[in-house]
Amino acid sequence: MSVVTNTTTIGAIDAPSRRNTELMLLGFAVAIPVFAYLNVGLALDGEIPAGMLGYGLGLALLAGIAHLLVRRFAKYADPLLLPLATLLNGLGLVLIWRLDQSPRLIADSMRRYGTHSGDAPQQLMYSAIGVALFLLVLVFLKDHRVLQRYTYISMVVAIVLLLLPLVPGLGADVFGAKIWIRVGPFSIQPGEFAKIVLAVFFAGYLMVKRDALALASRRFMGLYLPRGRDLGPILTIWALSLAILVLENDLGTSLLFFGMFVILLYVATERTSWIVMGLLMAVGGAVAVGSFATHVQSRVAAWLDPFECLKTAPPDTNMAWACDQMTQVLMSFGSGGTVGTGLGQGNSDLINFAVNSDFIFATVGEELGLAGAMAFILVYGLIVERGLRTALAARDPFGKLLACGLSGAFALQVFVVAGGVMGLIPLTGMTMPFLAYGGSSVIANWALIAILLRISDTARRPAPAPAPSPDAEMTQVVRP
Amino acid sequence: MNKPLRHIAIFCGLLVFALLLRDNWLQFVRADELNTHERNRRVTIERYASVRGDIIVDGKPITGSVDSKDPLYQYKRTYVDGPMWAPVTGYASQAYGSNQLEKLNDSILTGNDDRLFFDRTLSMFTGEQKKGGDVVTTLNGAAQKAAFEGLGKKKGAVAAIDPQTGRILALASTPSYDPSSFAGYSGKDEKAWVALEKDKDKPKLNRALREIYPPGSTFKVVTAAAALENGVIKDINAPTDTPEPYKLPLSTVPMKNHAGGCENASLNYAMEVSCNSVFAKLGDEVGRDKMVEMAEKFGFNNPEVDTPVRAAASVYDKKMDRGGNALSSIGQFNTATTPLQMAMVTAAIANDGKLMKPYMVDQLVAPNLDVIEKHEPEEMSRPMSPETAQLVQKMMENVVEKGTGSKAKIRDVTVGGKTGTAQHGEKNKARPYAWFISYAKTDSGSPVAVAVVVEDSDATRDDISGGGLAAPIARQVMKAVLDSRK
Repeated sequence: MSVVTNTTTIGAIDAPSRRNTELMLLGFAVAIPVFAYLNVGLALDGEIPAGMLGYGLGLALLAGIAHLLVRRFAKYADPLLLPLATLLNGLGLVLIWRLDQSPRLIADSMRRYGTHSGDAPQQLMYSAIGVALFLLVLVFLKDHRVLQRYTYISMVVAIVLLLLPLVPGLGADVFGAKIWIRVGPFSIQPGEFAKIVLAVFFAGYLMVKRDALALASRRFMGLYLPRGRDLGPILTIWALSLAILVLENDLGTSLLFFGMFVILLYVATERTSWIVMGLLMAVGGAVAVGSFATHVQSRVAAWLDPFECLKTAPPDTNMAWACDQMTQVLMSFGSGGTVGTGLGQGNSDLINFAVNSDFIFATVGEELGLAGAMAFILVYGLIVERGLRTALAARDPFGKLLACGLSGAFALQVFVVAGGVMGLIPLTGMTMPFLAYGGSSVIANWALIAILLRISDTARRPAPAPAPSPDAEMTQVVRP
Repeated sequence: MNKPLRHIAIFCGLLVFALLLRDNWLQFVRADELNTHERNRRVTIERYASVRGDIIVDGKPITGSVDSKDPLYQYKRTYVDGPMWAPVTGYASQAYGSNQLEKLNDSILTGNDDRLFFDRTLSMFTGEQKKGGDVVTTLNGAAQKAAFEGLGKKKGAVAAIDPQTGRILALASTPSYDPSSFAGYSGKDEKAWVALEKDKDKPKLNRALREIYPPGSTFKVVTAAAALENGVIKDINAPTDTPEPYKLPLSTVPMKNHAGGCENASLNYAMEVSCNSVFAKLGDEVGRDKMVEMAEKFGFNNPEVDTPVRAAASVYDKKMDRGGNALSSIGQFNTATTPLQMAMVTAAIANDGKLMKPYMVDQLVAPNLDVIEKHEPEEMSRPMSPETAQLVQKMMENVVEKGTGSKAKIRDVTVGGKTGTAQHGEKNKARPYAWFISYAKTDSGSPVAVAVVVEDSDATRDDISGGGLAAPIARQVMKAVLDSRK
């Protein structure tokens, strides 16, 4: 730690880069999933899993390369984000691999499709692509403020991404939700990428318009009501999220976008009235959609009292199906208890469908118990906390808003998924970031982490030393 | 912008806190309720995840477990000679639950019993697979086989007891079912189960324990015992003051005797040819309350005869009028009994008046063959004095020697018995039940008492009689027991 001294009295102390802390934490982030992998292998077959060495080396390699590039390209980046993401991704791979071994799911897949191939290898590939994208962002995005230039392009891209699943022939209706597009052998969930692009748009747009939105307003009953023309953007976003909900049956994504927008409006304008209005509009929209969309109604029924709903719902309907799934998930959590059944020894595969994507948190709850599930929630909480801390530290308003938008969206997504799976709020069918099976989700979230790292690097980078002032005299040092 | 940012941070913290709270609510507060919820299949999955213990007869298992390679329930129950043993074992089905011994001893069979805790812990360390304990029964394979094959295609039941200990030796019921046929949960199992449920002949009914029949003339041994105990009869060979025809009390209907020579017949003779009039009159003379007392000492009106499988309560009405009591004394009217109950009556007589509690589980054994529980013979009651019992024995032996029970004779063995033909149905139109109760005796007391009932058969009405249909089955069962003791 060199102390830069010059003729000014301001001694700029080189901020610690914390890269070694990151390296040490990465060691844990790789070791824990490797031990988890070993644990699953021992529990299921009584022997050390064959791929243990390869898996461990692969994960270590990915983490190592990422670390080296962070050292090189984002020296002052937050030291926690990369290890936390690596830990979640690694444990997600273990959980998916564990579910791949489930004889029940194998038998079910054989019955339905005649074949069964594990999802873990694919998820490993997606993770590699995700880390690659992470590195590309770090290498080529030298400064996050560049993104500011693409504010309106981002808007167009986001809307296109969100509407893509509605294009006939491209969109795929997977179990009721039209949130996928199919390109060749790949299914992509454009909503996951739209999350980042939209955050860029919101941040750029609000940075420019914040004064207009904050100040040009009338006071009414203690609230600052915006002018009609300023209401435009919020109404547009509201309509867009309702459209996603109605046309694509996607409760989660619409909640996520609207929530992120309201958060950013509040942060940009510092006006509580936006939150009040946002909440009112969200409730209004939810009630309106809930009153006629059966898809939403069955989710709400399954949320209120799944066991009762199972008895009253007509058999073989969407509602009975949703309620049955909810009861299975709840019993999964209940059977886990405080310390869980142990990796590989639970029966969360009884949930059957989407057990490795939407409901993967139920496997955590059952096999790792209350203790494990709480640890996971806290790891997610830590990521959000580091993101918000980055927003606080960022020096430019665009960086603040972008970091806040990304971490706010991340927090909302975790809350919506985990809360939905645990029956705290109605189930929305999103994926747990990093943990769940699904290429789009893993790749997009790695990119999200990369952008946060870039912002934090800029934020924590020590200010360049001021030029020496020719007027200053040398400080005299008097030796005693 | 930092102030609202801090608010957002607090908001995100609240979201995380809400998740943590909800998680605690689910996995700590509600864990037990959810874990044991009736819809939670983990309980059944766990139950069938390890090898179930066996039910043992004569040292050999009559049940088994097969690894069905099923992804949900791994081990499936199998049965050796399922239909023959079904009234003993009951069933253990992945889809339809379990009953009888399979249910009552479930914790031992699954290995979850608290008394197996040490065993379980040990096998956890040695890495052995968890296995359930065994249930060792008192049954006698040869006797069971004789009973089941003797009943053959006829509808009926057999119960055999060792009078000296109360050990149940045979418990057969026909038509029967194979518990293996619906042990799993596949479509085939469902079909088998539904077919059994719909079957008019009720094959799943355990007729030896759970069905009550009018006992007919076999009940006369109870009336005889009551008459002797209460001093109504002192000499079994003295003539009784019985008119022919005998009119029932409070009625003008004359009572019919199928046999001849019943007027003023002695008790011994009345038993030999099964005179209705004599016993109806005796029952009336003993009186309803004394008759009830005697019947209850034998185990009637007791809803808790547990072997440990609970038998249906046999009935001797406590509130009927004199005429009803007289009719009940010959096993008609309201009197109804399980085959087990009549075997208990016979056993008490054969055991010189001491009724032993019937039981069919001898031992519960841990997987490592340690005996966890052993049943000791227990006295249930003393319905009569040894003298009375010996007098009734003499009469019953006379029935086999000279009377209606001659088909139960076994060479070189003393056999006592009593036939019965119970009328039932409206105006007695239905085919009567053929009954036979008997015991065999050796120098060291009686090793076997047996009750047989044949509900229905292909024989024409005139041929249905306890002596003709039921006695040969009883004889085979007794012979099987005697042979296996040699």
